[in-house]
Amino acid sequence: MANALINAPKTAKRGDTIEIKALILHPMETGFRPGTNGRMIPRNIIEHFSARWNGEEIFAMTFSPAIAANPFVSFFTVAKESGKIDFLWTGDEDFRVTESVAITVT
Amino acid sequence: MATASTAAPALARAQTSARIVVVGGGFAGTLCARTLKKLDPKLSVTLVEPEKTFTAYPFSNDVLGGFRDLGQQQFGYDAVAKDSVALAQTAATAVDPAAKTVTLGDGTKLSYDKLVLAPGVDLNWTALPGYTEAASEKMPHAWKGGAQIALLRRQLEAMDDGGVVGMAVSANPTRCPPGAYERACLIAHYLKTKKPKSKLLLLDAKDQFSMQRLFEQAWTKLYPGLVERVPLSQGGNVTSVDPSTMTLVTDFESYKVAVANVIPPQKAAAIAASAGVADRTGWCTVEPVAFESTLQKDIHVLGDATLISGVSKSAFVAAEEGKVCAAAIVAKLAGKMPEESQLTNTCYSFVAPGQVIRTTSVFRADKGQLLEIPGSTDTTALDAEPSVQAHEADEAGRWFGTLTKEVFG
Ligand SMILES: Cc1cc2nc3c(=O)[nH]c(=O)nc-3n(C[C@H](O)[C@H](O)[C@H](O)COP(=O)(O)OP(=O)(O)OC[C@H]3O[C@@H](n4cnc5c(N)ncnc54)[C@H](O)[C@@H]3O)c2cc1C
Repeated sequence: MANALINAPKTAKRGDTIEIKALILHPMETGFRPGTNGRMIPRNIIEHFSARWNGEEIFAMTFSPAIAANPFVSFFTVAKESGKIDFLWTGDEDFRVTESVAITVT
Repeated sequence: MATASTAAPALARAQTSARIVVVGGGFAGTLCARTLKKLDPKLSVTLVEPEKTFTAYPFSNDVLGGFRDLGQQQFGYDAVAKDSVALAQTAATAVDPAAKTVTLGDGTKLSYDKLVLAPGVDLNWTALPGYTEAASEKMPHAWKGGAQIALLRRQLEAMDDGGVVGMAVSANPTRCPPGAYERACLIAHYLKTKKPKSKLLLLDAKDQFSMQRLFEQAWTKLYPGLVERVPLSQGGNVTSVDPSTMTLVTDFESYKVAVANVIPPQKAAAIAASAGVADRTGWCTVEPVAFESTLQKDIHVLGDATLISGVSKSAFVAAEEGKVCAAAIVAKLAGKMPEESQLTNTCYSFVAPGQVIRTTSVFRADKGQLLEIPGSTDTTALDAEPSVQAHEADEAGRWFGTLTKEVFG
Protein backbone atom coordinates (compact mmCIF):
# COMPACT_ATOMS: atom_id res chain seq x y z
CA MET A 1 0.00 0.00 0.00
CA ALA A 2 0.90 3.63 -0.35
CA ASN A 3 2.71 5.26 2.55
CA ALA A 4 0.24 8.11 2.58
CA LEU A 5 -3.51 8.38 2.23
CA ILE A 6 -5.17 11.59 1.06
CA ASN A 7 -8.84 12.44 1.06
CA ALA A 8 -9.71 15.61 -0.86
CA PRO A 9 -12.80 16.25 -2.96
CA LYS A 10 -12.27 15.76 -6.71
CA THR A 11 -14.48 18.73 -7.49
CA ALA A 12 -15.54 21.83 -5.61
CA LYS A 13 -17.32 25.11 -6.24
CA ARG A 14 -15.23 28.27 -6.18
CA GLY A 15 -15.38 29.78 -2.71
CA ASP A 16 -16.44 26.52 -1.01
CA THR A 17 -14.74 25.53 2.21
CA ILE A 18 -13.40 22.02 1.75
CA GLU A 19 -11.86 19.53 4.15
CA ILE A 20 -8.63 17.76 3.31
CA LYS A 21 -7.38 14.73 5.25
CA ALA A 22 -3.93 13.17 5.16
CA LEU A 23 -2.55 10.14 6.97
CA ILE A 24 0.99 8.80 6.72
CA LEU A 25 2.67 5.66 8.05
CA HIS A 26 5.54 6.64 10.32
CA PRO A 27 6.81 5.32 13.70
CA MET A 28 7.34 8.84 15.21
CA GLU A 29 10.07 7.45 17.47
CA THR A 30 10.52 10.04 20.23
CA GLY A 31 14.20 9.57 21.04
CA PHE A 32 13.33 9.25 24.72
CA ARG A 33 12.73 5.49 24.78
CA PRO A 34 15.27 2.84 25.67
CA GLY A 35 15.43 -0.14 23.31
CA THR A 36 15.79 -3.80 24.30
CA ASN A 37 19.57 -3.31 24.67
CA GLY A 38 19.01 -0.50 27.21
CA ARG A 39 20.33 2.17 24.86
CA MET A 40 18.12 5.02 23.68
CA ILE A 41 16.45 4.46 20.34
CA PRO A 42 17.48 7.44 18.20
CA ARG A 43 14.82 10.00 17.46
CA ASN A 44 13.07 9.46 14.14
CA ILE A 45 10.13 11.76 13.57
CA ILE A 46 8.46 13.68 10.79
CA GLU A 47 9.37 17.32 11.37
CA HIS A 48 7.29 19.13 8.84
CA PHE A 49 4.18 18.71 6.73
CA SER A 50 2.89 21.11 4.08
CA ALA A 51 0.24 21.33 1.40
CA ARG A 52 0.52 23.57 -1.67
CA TRP A 53 -2.30 24.40 -4.07
CA ASN A 54 -0.79 25.14 -7.49
CA GLY A 55 2.43 26.03 -5.72
CA GLU A 56 0.94 28.28 -3.08
CA GLU A 57 1.20 27.03 0.50
CA ILE A 58 -2.28 26.52 1.99
CA PHE A 59 -1.34 24.60 5.14
CA ALA A 60 1.81 23.74 7.07
CA MET A 61 2.65 22.32 10.45
CA THR A 62 5.66 21.36 12.52
CA PHE A 63 5.55 18.03 14.33
CA SER A 64 7.02 17.29 17.75
CA PRO A 65 8.08 14.01 19.40
CA ALA A 66 4.82 14.01 21.38
CA ILE A 67 2.80 13.25 18.26
CA ALA A 68 1.74 9.62 17.94
CA ALA A 69 2.77 7.19 15.23
CA ASN A 70 1.06 7.39 11.83
CA PRO A 71 0.04 11.04 12.12
CA PHE A 72 -3.37 11.99 10.76
CA VAL A 73 -3.97 15.60 9.77
CA SER A 74 -7.24 17.20 8.76
CA PHE A 75 -7.58 20.85 7.72
CA PHE A 76 -9.94 23.18 5.88
CA THR A 77 -9.21 25.46 2.96
CA VAL A 78 -11.14 27.56 0.45
CA ALA A 79 -11.38 26.29 -3.15
CA LYS A 80 -9.97 28.90 -5.56
CA GLU A 81 -8.94 27.34 -8.84
CA SER A 82 -8.58 23.99 -10.60
CA GLY A 83 -5.21 22.33 -10.42
CA LYS A 84 -3.03 20.23 -8.20
CA ILE A 85 -2.54 19.98 -4.45
CA ASP A 86 0.93 18.75 -3.44
CA PHE A 87 1.64 17.32 -0.02
CA LEU A 88 5.12 17.02 1.45
CA TRP A 89 6.31 15.33 4.64
CA THR A 90 9.96 15.71 5.70
CA GLY A 91 11.82 14.56 8.79
CA ASP A 92 14.68 12.74 10.46
CA GLU A 93 16.82 10.23 8.57
CA ASP A 94 16.18 12.10 5.31
CA PHE A 95 12.51 11.20 5.42
CA ARG A 96 10.74 12.73 2.44
CA VAL A 97 7.39 11.67 0.97
CA THR A 98 5.34 13.53 -1.61
CA GLU A 99 1.80 12.93 -2.73
CA SER A 100 -0.50 14.93 -4.96
CA VAL A 101 -4.15 15.04 -5.98
CA ALA A 102 -5.99 16.84 -8.77
CA ILE A 103 -9.01 19.02 -8.08
CA THR A 104 -11.48 20.70 -10.45
CA VAL A 105 -13.01 23.96 -9.29
CA THR A 106 -16.08 25.20 -11.11
CA MET B 1 -17.75 -0.78 80.78
CA ALA B 2 -21.22 0.53 79.98
CA THR B 3 -20.13 2.03 76.67
CA ALA B 4 -18.39 -1.17 75.67
CA SER B 5 -21.50 -3.25 76.29
CA THR B 6 -23.74 -0.94 74.23
CA ALA B 7 -21.22 -0.78 71.37
CA ALA B 8 -20.90 -4.56 71.09
CA PRO B 9 -24.51 -5.38 70.08
CA ALA B 10 -24.46 -2.55 67.50
CA LEU B 11 -21.37 -4.09 65.92
CA ALA B 12 -22.92 -7.54 66.04
CA ARG B 13 -26.05 -6.23 64.35
CA ALA B 14 -24.00 -4.61 61.61
CA GLN B 15 -22.37 -7.97 60.98
CA THR B 16 -25.47 -10.06 60.82
CA SER B 17 -28.18 -7.97 59.28
CA ALA B 18 -26.22 -5.84 56.83
CA ARG B 19 -28.23 -5.07 53.71
CA ILE B 20 -26.45 -5.53 50.44
CA VAL B 21 -27.95 -4.58 47.11
CA VAL B 22 -26.38 -5.95 43.93
CA VAL B 23 -27.39 -4.29 40.66
CA GLY B 24 -26.90 -6.37 37.50
CA GLY B 25 -27.45 -10.11 37.20
CA GLY B 26 -24.58 -10.85 34.83
CA PHE B 27 -21.48 -12.88 35.60
CA ALA B 28 -20.07 -10.43 38.14
CA GLY B 29 -23.26 -9.42 39.95
CA THR B 30 -24.95 -12.82 40.15
CA LEU B 31 -21.84 -14.57 41.39
CA CYS B 32 -21.17 -11.81 43.91
CA ALA B 33 -24.72 -12.01 45.30
CA ARG B 34 -24.64 -15.81 45.59
CA THR B 35 -21.16 -15.84 47.12
CA LEU B 36 -22.17 -13.24 49.73
CA LYS B 37 -25.06 -15.42 50.82
CA LYS B 38 -22.84 -18.52 50.87
CA LEU B 39 -20.15 -16.84 52.99
CA ASP B 40 -22.65 -15.32 55.41
CA PRO B 41 -26.23 -16.64 55.20
CA LYS B 42 -27.39 -13.95 57.65
CA LEU B 43 -26.73 -11.14 55.19
CA SER B 44 -29.74 -9.69 53.45
CA VAL B 45 -28.83 -9.74 49.76
CA THR B 46 -30.99 -8.38 46.93
CA LEU B 47 -30.10 -8.89 43.29
CA VAL B 48 -31.67 -6.37 40.91
CA GLU B 49 -31.96 -7.47 37.27
CA PRO B 50 -34.72 -6.56 34.78
CA GLU B 51 -34.26 -9.43 32.29
CA LYS B 52 -35.86 -12.84 32.86
CA THR B 53 -33.25 -14.47 30.63
CA PHE B 54 -29.55 -13.70 30.59
CA THR B 55 -27.71 -14.10 27.29
CA ALA B 56 -24.07 -15.05 27.80
CA TYR B 57 -21.66 -13.59 25.26
CA PRO B 58 -18.74 -16.02 25.57
CA PHE B 59 -19.34 -18.60 22.78
CA SER B 60 -21.93 -16.30 21.17
CA ASN B 61 -19.74 -15.96 18.09
CA ASP B 62 -20.19 -19.71 17.57
CA VAL B 63 -23.87 -18.94 17.05
CA LEU B 64 -22.93 -16.47 14.31
CA GLY B 65 -20.64 -19.12 12.84
CA GLY B 66 -23.67 -21.39 12.58
CA PHE B 67 -22.50 -24.23 14.83
CA ARG B 68 -24.20 -23.42 18.13
CA ASP B 69 -27.77 -22.67 19.21
CA LEU B 70 -28.57 -19.35 20.84
CA GLY B 71 -30.50 -21.33 23.47
CA GLN B 72 -27.22 -22.74 24.77
CA GLN B 73 -26.25 -19.15 25.64
CA GLN B 74 -29.32 -18.39 27.69
CA PHE B 75 -29.87 -18.78 31.41
CA GLY B 76 -32.63 -17.98 33.91
CA TYR B 77 -32.56 -16.93 37.56
CA ASP B 78 -34.56 -19.76 39.18
CA ALA B 79 -31.59 -21.26 40.97
CA VAL B 80 -30.52 -17.84 42.21
CA ALA B 81 -33.92 -17.22 43.78
CA LYS B 82 -33.68 -20.61 45.56
CA ASP B 83 -30.45 -19.44 47.25
CA SER B 84 -32.53 -17.01 49.36
CA VAL B 85 -31.02 -14.14 47.46
CA ALA B 86 -33.97 -11.76 47.04
CA LEU B 87 -34.50 -11.23 43.33
CA ALA B 88 -35.96 -7.92 42.17
CA GLN B 89 -36.86 -8.35 38.52
CA THR B 90 -36.81 -4.71 37.53
CA ALA B 91 -34.16 -2.17 36.60
CA ALA B 92 -32.45 0.08 39.10
CA THR B 93 -33.25 3.60 37.90
CA ALA B 94 -31.34 5.78 40.37
CA VAL B 95 -28.85 5.61 43.21
CA ASP B 96 -28.54 8.16 45.99
CA PRO B 97 -25.09 7.60 47.48
CA ALA B 98 -25.69 10.09 50.32
CA ALA B 99 -28.99 8.55 51.46
CA LYS B 100 -27.65 5.08 50.54
CA THR B 101 -30.73 4.09 48.58
CA VAL B 102 -31.41 2.49 45.21
CA THR B 103 -34.63 3.35 43.37
CA LEU B 104 -36.21 0.60 41.31
CA GLY B 105 -38.31 0.77 38.15
CA ASP B 106 -41.53 0.24 40.11
CA GLY B 107 -40.69 3.18 42.37
CA THR B 108 -39.62 1.24 45.47
CA LYS B 109 -36.53 2.36 47.31
CA LEU B 110 -34.05 -0.11 48.74
CA SER B 111 -31.70 1.00 51.52
CA TYR B 112 -28.23 -0.50 51.53
CA ASP B 113 -25.20 -0.73 53.74
CA LYS B 114 -23.09 -1.81 50.76
CA LEU B 115 -24.03 -1.47 47.13
CA VAL B 116 -22.49 -3.56 44.37
CA LEU B 117 -22.90 -2.25 40.82
CA ALA B 118 -22.25 -4.77 38.06
CA PRO B 119 -24.39 -3.39 35.22
CA GLY B 120 -22.03 -4.10 32.32
CA VAL B 121 -21.77 -1.70 29.39
CA ASP B 122 -24.08 0.56 27.42
CA LEU B 123 -23.44 1.17 23.77
CA ASN B 124 -22.64 4.81 23.19
CA TRP B 125 -25.34 5.98 20.77
CA THR B 126 -23.82 9.42 20.27
CA ALA B 127 -20.20 8.49 19.57
CA LEU B 128 -20.50 7.25 15.97
CA PRO B 129 -22.49 9.56 13.66
CA GLY B 130 -25.39 7.69 12.04
CA TYR B 131 -25.26 4.80 14.47
CA THR B 132 -28.39 5.17 16.59
CA GLU B 133 -30.39 2.52 18.37
CA ALA B 134 -32.75 2.47 15.36
CA ALA B 135 -29.76 2.00 13.02
CA SER B 136 -28.75 -1.09 14.99
CA GLU B 137 -31.94 -2.80 13.79
CA LYS B 138 -30.44 -2.65 10.29
CA MET B 139 -26.75 -2.80 11.16
CA PRO B 140 -26.64 -5.00 14.28
CA HIS B 141 -23.93 -4.62 16.88
CA ALA B 142 -24.60 -8.10 18.28
CA TRP B 143 -22.62 -6.93 21.29
CA LYS B 144 -25.36 -6.96 23.91
CA GLY B 145 -28.58 -8.94 24.30
CA GLY B 146 -29.83 -12.10 22.60
CA ALA B 147 -32.03 -10.44 19.96
CA GLN B 148 -29.06 -8.73 18.33
CA ILE B 149 -27.15 -12.00 17.91
CA ALA B 150 -30.22 -13.60 16.35
CA LEU B 151 -30.63 -10.62 14.01
CA LEU B 152 -27.05 -10.70 12.73
CA ARG B 153 -27.27 -14.46 12.28
CA ARG B 154 -30.48 -14.08 10.22
CA GLN B 155 -28.86 -11.41 8.05
CA LEU B 156 -25.85 -13.63 7.37
CA GLU B 157 -28.14 -16.51 6.43
CA ALA B 158 -30.23 -14.32 4.13
CA MET B 159 -27.23 -12.78 2.34
CA ASP B 160 -26.54 -13.86 -1.25
CA ASP B 161 -23.31 -15.69 -1.99
CA GLY B 162 -20.81 -13.06 -3.14
CA GLY B 163 -21.88 -10.38 -0.67
CA VAL B 164 -19.51 -8.36 1.47
CA VAL B 165 -19.92 -8.53 5.23
CA GLY B 166 -18.51 -5.33 6.78
CA MET B 167 -17.42 -5.14 10.40
CA ALA B 168 -16.68 -1.78 12.02
CA VAL B 169 -14.63 -2.19 15.18
CA SER B 170 -14.18 0.72 17.58
CA ALA B 171 -11.08 1.58 19.59
CA ASN B 172 -10.53 0.36 23.17
CA PRO B 173 -11.85 0.30 25.83
CA THR B 174 -14.55 -2.14 24.79
CA ARG B 175 -15.90 -5.29 26.37
CA CYS B 176 -13.93 -8.35 25.30
CA PRO B 177 -11.34 -6.80 22.95
CA PRO B 178 -10.53 -10.14 21.21
CA GLY B 179 -14.26 -10.79 20.65
CA ALA B 180 -14.36 -8.85 17.38
CA TYR B 181 -11.48 -10.84 15.88
CA GLU B 182 -12.93 -14.14 17.02
CA ARG B 183 -16.15 -13.03 15.34
CA ALA B 184 -14.25 -12.25 12.12
CA CYS B 185 -12.89 -15.83 12.16
CA LEU B 186 -16.26 -17.45 12.73
CA ILE B 187 -18.18 -15.35 10.20
CA ALA B 188 -15.37 -16.23 7.77
CA HIS B 189 -15.90 -19.89 8.64
CA TYR B 190 -19.59 -19.59 7.81
CA LEU B 191 -18.87 -17.79 4.53
CA LYS B 192 -16.16 -20.27 3.53
CA THR B 193 -18.41 -23.27 4.07
CA LYS B 194 -21.75 -21.82 2.88
CA LYS B 195 -21.08 -18.71 0.76
CA PRO B 196 -17.56 -19.08 -0.61
CA LYS B 197 -17.75 -16.18 -3.06
CA SER B 198 -18.39 -13.74 -0.20
CA LYS B 199 -15.86 -11.58 1.63
CA LEU B 200 -15.39 -10.20 5.12
CA LEU B 201 -14.13 -6.61 5.39
CA LEU B 202 -12.93 -5.65 8.85
CA LEU B 203 -12.59 -1.88 9.31
CA ASP B 204 -10.62 -1.38 12.48
CA ALA B 205 -10.06 1.76 14.58
CA LYS B 206 -7.02 0.01 16.08
CA ASP B 207 -3.63 -0.91 14.70
CA GLN B 208 -2.75 -3.48 17.34
CA PHE B 209 -4.87 -5.96 19.25
CA SER B 210 -4.58 -8.91 21.57
CA MET B 211 -3.37 -12.24 20.09
CA GLN B 212 -2.91 -10.37 16.81
CA ARG B 213 -0.39 -12.71 15.21
CA LEU B 214 -2.47 -15.76 16.10
CA PHE B 215 -5.61 -14.24 14.57
CA GLU B 216 -3.74 -13.07 11.48
CA GLN B 217 -2.29 -16.53 11.07
CA ALA B 218 -5.80 -18.01 11.29
CA TRP B 219 -7.07 -15.63 8.60
CA THR B 220 -4.26 -16.47 6.15
CA LYS B 221 -4.22 -20.19 6.85
CA LEU B 222 -7.90 -21.00 7.31
CA TYR B 223 -9.61 -18.27 5.30
CA PRO B 224 -7.17 -17.24 2.56
CA GLY B 225 -8.43 -14.31 0.48
CA LEU B 226 -11.64 -14.11 2.48
CA VAL B 227 -10.79 -11.72 5.31
CA GLU B 228 -9.51 -8.24 4.57
CA ARG B 229 -8.60 -6.06 7.55
CA VAL B 230 -7.99 -2.33 7.19
CA PRO B 231 -6.24 -1.08 10.35
CA LEU B 232 -6.31 2.48 11.68
CA SER B 233 -3.02 3.43 10.01
CA GLN B 234 -4.42 2.42 6.63
CA GLY B 235 -7.59 4.41 7.12
CA GLY B 236 -9.69 1.78 8.90
CA ASN B 237 -11.35 4.09 11.44
CA VAL B 238 -15.08 4.21 10.67
CA THR B 239 -16.22 7.80 11.25
CA SER B 240 -19.88 7.49 10.28
CA VAL B 241 -22.40 4.95 8.99
CA ASP B 242 -25.48 5.22 6.80
CA PRO B 243 -27.98 2.42 7.36
CA SER B 244 -30.25 3.57 4.49
CA THR B 245 -27.50 2.84 1.94
CA MET B 246 -25.69 0.18 4.03
CA THR B 247 -22.50 2.24 3.90
CA LEU B 248 -19.57 2.35 6.30
CA VAL B 249 -17.61 5.58 5.95
CA THR B 250 -13.96 6.08 6.97
CA ASP B 251 -11.81 9.21 6.68
CA PHE B 252 -10.69 8.00 3.26
CA GLU B 253 -13.32 5.71 1.71
CA SER B 254 -16.97 4.68 1.70
CA TYR B 255 -17.74 0.97 1.70
CA LYS B 256 -21.12 -0.38 0.62
CA VAL B 257 -21.77 -3.75 2.22
CA ALA B 258 -24.48 -6.43 2.18
CA VAL B 259 -24.39 -7.06 5.93
CA ALA B 260 -22.93 -4.64 8.46
CA ASN B 261 -21.86 -5.47 12.00
CA VAL B 262 -21.06 -2.22 13.81
CA ILE B 263 -19.38 -2.43 17.20
CA PRO B 264 -19.61 1.15 18.47
CA PRO B 265 -17.76 2.76 21.40
CA GLN B 266 -19.06 1.75 24.83
CA LYS B 267 -19.26 3.07 28.36
CA ALA B 268 -20.31 1.86 31.81
CA ALA B 269 -24.08 1.24 31.87
CA ALA B 270 -26.15 4.32 32.79
CA ILE B 271 -26.81 3.44 36.43
CA ALA B 272 -23.08 3.95 37.13
CA ALA B 273 -23.35 7.61 36.16
CA SER B 274 -26.49 7.99 38.28
CA ALA B 275 -24.58 6.64 41.27
CA GLY B 276 -21.72 9.05 40.66
CA VAL B 277 -19.16 6.29 40.19
CA ALA B 278 -18.42 6.86 36.49
CA ASP B 279 -15.80 9.48 35.68
CA ARG B 280 -15.34 11.70 32.62
CA THR B 281 -14.20 8.71 30.55
CA GLY B 282 -17.62 7.11 31.09
CA TRP B 283 -16.02 4.25 33.05
CA CYS B 284 -15.57 3.48 36.77
CA THR B 285 -12.31 3.37 38.63
CA VAL B 286 -12.03 1.19 41.73
CA GLU B 287 -9.43 0.22 44.32
CA PRO B 288 -7.96 -3.19 43.57
CA VAL B 289 -8.77 -5.19 46.72
CA ALA B 290 -12.52 -4.88 47.30
CA PHE B 291 -13.33 -3.02 44.04
CA GLU B 292 -14.78 -0.12 45.99
CA SER B 293 -15.32 2.97 43.85
CA THR B 294 -12.64 5.64 44.11
CA LEU B 295 -15.45 8.23 43.92
CA GLN B 296 -18.16 6.94 46.32
CA LYS B 297 -17.83 5.16 49.64
CA ASP B 298 -19.64 1.83 50.13
CA ILE B 299 -20.29 1.39 46.41
CA HIS B 300 -18.37 -1.43 44.77
CA VAL B 301 -18.19 -1.68 40.98
CA LEU B 302 -17.45 -4.92 39.15
CA GLY B 303 -17.01 -6.35 35.69
CA ASP B 304 -17.29 -4.59 32.36
CA ALA B 305 -18.34 -1.28 33.94
CA THR B 306 -14.88 -0.79 35.45
CA LEU B 307 -11.75 0.44 33.79
CA ILE B 308 -8.71 -1.28 35.24
CA SER B 309 -5.62 -0.67 33.17
CA GLY B 310 -4.24 -3.83 31.62
CA VAL B 311 -7.24 -5.95 32.62
CA SER B 312 -9.51 -6.73 29.69
CA LYS B 313 -13.24 -6.87 30.15
CA SER B 314 -14.16 -10.54 30.18
CA ALA B 315 -16.66 -12.87 31.79
CA PHE B 316 -13.69 -14.72 33.26
CA VAL B 317 -12.51 -11.64 35.16
CA ALA B 318 -16.04 -10.44 35.97
CA ALA B 319 -16.76 -13.72 37.76
CA GLU B 320 -13.45 -13.63 39.65
CA GLU B 321 -14.18 -10.06 40.73
CA GLY B 322 -17.64 -11.09 41.93
CA LYS B 323 -16.15 -13.69 44.27
CA VAL B 324 -13.25 -11.55 45.47
CA CYS B 325 -15.58 -8.63 46.16
CA ALA B 326 -18.03 -10.80 48.12
CA ALA B 327 -15.23 -12.05 50.38
CA ALA B 328 -13.90 -8.51 50.83
CA ILE B 329 -17.34 -7.15 51.76
CA VAL B 330 -17.86 -9.92 54.33
CA ALA B 331 -14.42 -9.17 55.79
CA LYS B 332 -15.11 -5.43 55.93
CA LEU B 333 -18.46 -5.93 57.65
CA ALA B 334 -16.68 -8.01 60.26
CA GLY B 335 -14.21 -5.17 60.78
CA LYS B 336 -11.36 -7.10 59.17
CA MET B 337 -8.97 -6.08 56.42
CA PRO B 338 -9.88 -7.85 53.19
CA GLU B 339 -7.24 -10.17 51.83
CA GLU B 340 -5.34 -9.09 48.76
CA SER B 341 -6.19 -11.72 46.22
CA GLN B 342 -4.80 -12.54 42.85
CA LEU B 343 -6.97 -12.28 39.80
CA THR B 344 -6.64 -14.46 36.74
CA ASN B 345 -7.93 -13.65 33.31
CA THR B 346 -8.15 -16.16 30.50
CA CYS B 347 -9.43 -15.30 27.06
CA TYR B 348 -10.41 -18.20 24.86
CA SER B 349 -11.08 -17.37 21.21
CA PHE B 350 -12.38 -19.69 18.56
CA VAL B 351 -10.62 -19.43 15.20
CA ALA B 352 -12.78 -22.25 13.73
CA PRO B 353 -15.16 -24.87 15.17
CA GLY B 354 -13.16 -26.99 17.61
CA GLN B 355 -10.09 -24.75 17.35
CA VAL B 356 -9.31 -22.27 20.11
CA ILE B 357 -6.43 -19.94 20.93
CA ARG B 358 -5.91 -18.63 24.44
CA THR B 359 -4.10 -16.05 26.51
CA THR B 360 -3.90 -16.04 30.31
CA SER B 361 -2.54 -13.34 32.63
CA VAL B 362 -2.40 -13.06 36.41
CA PHE B 363 -2.87 -9.76 38.27
CA ARG B 364 -2.08 -8.72 41.83
CA ALA B 365 -2.98 -5.62 43.86
CA ASP B 366 0.10 -3.45 44.27
CA LYS B 367 0.32 0.19 45.46
CA GLY B 368 -3.36 0.82 44.88
CA GLN B 369 -3.35 -0.67 41.42
CA LEU B 370 -4.04 -4.04 39.95
CA LEU B 371 -0.86 -4.97 38.12
CA GLU B 372 -0.03 -7.85 35.86
CA ILE B 373 2.53 -10.14 37.48
CA PRO B 374 5.54 -9.86 35.14
CA GLY B 375 6.03 -13.00 33.11
CA SER B 376 2.61 -14.38 34.04
CA THR B 377 1.17 -14.11 30.55
CA ASP B 378 0.85 -17.42 28.77
CA THR B 379 -0.43 -17.53 25.19
CA THR B 380 -1.01 -20.31 22.67
CA ALA B 381 2.13 -20.67 20.55
CA LEU B 382 2.13 -19.46 16.98
CA ASP B 383 2.23 -22.44 14.60
CA ALA B 384 1.01 -24.78 17.36
CA GLU B 385 -0.14 -28.24 16.21
CA PRO B 386 -3.90 -28.46 15.49
CA SER B 387 -4.16 -30.83 18.47
CA VAL B 388 -3.12 -27.96 20.76
CA GLN B 389 -5.97 -25.78 19.53
CA ALA B 390 -8.37 -28.73 19.80
CA HIS B 391 -7.27 -29.25 23.40
CA GLU B 392 -7.86 -25.55 24.13
CA ALA B 393 -11.34 -25.90 22.63
CA ASP B 394 -12.10 -28.70 25.12
CA GLU B 395 -10.77 -26.56 27.96
CA ALA B 396 -12.88 -23.62 26.81
CA GLY B 397 -16.00 -25.78 26.71
CA ARG B 398 -15.34 -27.03 30.24
CA TRP B 399 -14.70 -23.48 31.46
CA PHE B 400 -18.00 -22.23 30.02
CA GLY B 401 -19.90 -25.18 31.52
CA THR B 402 -18.36 -24.74 34.96
CA LEU B 403 -18.76 -20.97 34.98
CA THR B 404 -22.39 -20.88 33.89
CA LYS B 405 -23.24 -23.65 36.38
CA GLU B 406 -21.53 -21.72 39.17
CA VAL B 407 -23.30 -18.47 38.24
CA PHE B 408 -26.77 -19.63 37.17
CA GLY B 409 -26.97 -23.35 38.10
C1 LIG C 1 -18.89 -11.09 21.21
C2 LIG C 1 -18.40 -11.25 22.62
C3 LIG C 1 -17.66 -12.36 22.95
C4 LIG C 1 -17.20 -12.54 24.24
N1 LIG C 1 -16.47 -13.65 24.53
C5 LIG C 1 -15.98 -13.82 25.77
C6 LIG C 1 -15.21 -14.98 26.10
O1 LIG C 1 -14.97 -15.85 25.26
N2 LIG C 1 -14.73 -15.09 27.36
C7 LIG C 1 -14.97 -14.15 28.31
O2 LIG C 1 -14.51 -14.33 29.44
N3 LIG C 1 -15.71 -13.04 28.03
C8 LIG C 1 -16.22 -12.86 26.80
N4 LIG C 1 -16.97 -11.74 26.51
C9 LIG C 1 -17.11 -10.68 27.53
C10 LIG C 1 -18.21 -10.95 28.54
O3 LIG C 1 -19.43 -11.15 27.89
C11 LIG C 1 -18.33 -9.77 29.49
O4 LIG C 1 -17.05 -9.37 29.92
C12 LIG C 1 -19.16 -10.15 30.72
O5 LIG C 1 -20.47 -10.40 30.32
C13 LIG C 1 -19.11 -9.08 31.80
O6 LIG C 1 -19.91 -9.40 32.88
P1 LIG C 1 -20.64 -8.29 33.75
O7 LIG C 1 -21.28 -9.03 34.85
O8 LIG C 1 -19.72 -7.19 34.06
O9 LIG C 1 -21.72 -7.65 32.76
P2 LIG C 1 -22.90 -8.34 31.94
O10 LIG C 1 -22.66 -9.78 31.74
O11 LIG C 1 -23.10 -7.49 30.75
O12 LIG C 1 -24.17 -8.19 32.90
C14 LIG C 1 -24.70 -6.97 33.25
C15 LIG C 1 -26.13 -7.17 33.72
O13 LIG C 1 -26.59 -5.98 34.35
C16 LIG C 1 -27.93 -5.75 34.00
N5 LIG C 1 -28.21 -4.32 34.19
C17 LIG C 1 -27.73 -3.26 33.49
N6 LIG C 1 -28.24 -2.11 33.95
C18 LIG C 1 -29.04 -2.43 35.00
C19 LIG C 1 -29.86 -1.68 35.89
N7 LIG C 1 -29.95 -0.35 35.80
N8 LIG C 1 -30.56 -2.34 36.83
C20 LIG C 1 -30.49 -3.69 36.94
N9 LIG C 1 -29.73 -4.45 36.12
C21 LIG C 1 -29.02 -3.84 35.16
C22 LIG C 1 -28.01 -6.23 32.56
O14 LIG C 1 -29.35 -6.54 32.19
C23 LIG C 1 -27.11 -7.46 32.58
O15 LIG C 1 -27.82 -8.63 32.85
C24 LIG C 1 -17.48 -11.56 25.22
C25 LIG C 1 -18.23 -10.43 24.89
C26 LIG C 1 -18.70 -10.27 23.61
C27 LIG C 1 -19.50 -9.06 23.28
